[in-house]
Amino acid sequence: MSDKGLIKRIAYNVPANDFKAAGKSSSSIKSNLKAIGIDARILRKIAIISYEAEINIVIHSYGGNLYCDLYEDKIVIVSEDKGPGIPDIEKAMTEGFSTASESVRELGFGAGMGLPNMKRYSDEFEIESSENGTVIKITILI
Amino acid sequence: MKFKDIKEILNANILTDNFNEDLEVNYAFASDLMSDVLAYANNDTLLITGLNNPQVIRTAEMMDISIVVLVRGKLPSKETIDLANENLLTIFSTDYIMFKACGLLFEKGMKGLE
Repeated sequence: MSDKGLIKRIAYNVPANDFKAAGKSSSSIKSNLKAIGIDARILRKIAIISYEAEINIVIHSYGGNLYCDLYEDKIVIVSEDKGPGIPDIEKAMTEGFSTASESVRELGFGAGMGLPNMKRYSDEFEIESSENGTVIKITILI
Repeated sequence: MKFKDIKEILNANILTDNFNEDLEVNYAFASDLMSDVLAYANNDTLLITGLNNPQVIRTAEMMDISIVVLVRGKLPSKETIDLANENLLTIFSTDYIMFKACGLLFEKGMKGLE
């Protein structure tokens, strides 16, 4: 994906296993985009996508970054983590499939809806994963 | 259904500073799975849950949900209540189990999400 037309990038560091902080970045993304007048319906889609991405970094990765890239006609949420990667992406995209631990499920996550939810609310969805990490780029047209 | 009616039907306690008794919500969604809330709910939703951690409030915030009922007498931590207050959310707590809370609201006309 080219950076042509990128107006602004907002970047967040998302630590692994920090369940107290989980959601802070998405909350900030939502309020930043609300401040520039993004429509409430689109804002909700972006918030859900970034929140699922953020929770995934916290639950499944060794930590990573979440980016909100603002273009004239779209918002791109980019999630980049440091691994361990997703062995079978097709399986991970199946509703209800999850590798989350029991302790994560007790928090209300790990229902196997994270990646399917991100795709459901997106206009474009790209995912690449190796043992060095997972990169997800989700485009929402505005 | 008005917030004040929900409070009365569920014999609920208000846990947050924010409570406008005349606000209304038309649908309810009951789940302990926050990803399911993110998948199926909309902003005109009363969230009924047995979870009481801050992620419930974060989920509501992302969805623009303005009212949450905690069932089974669950009380949230102070940080969860603080987060709800920051986001102008209303939290009720009821001693009813989830099934009974849903049944009582349904009986009085609350609709489930399709």
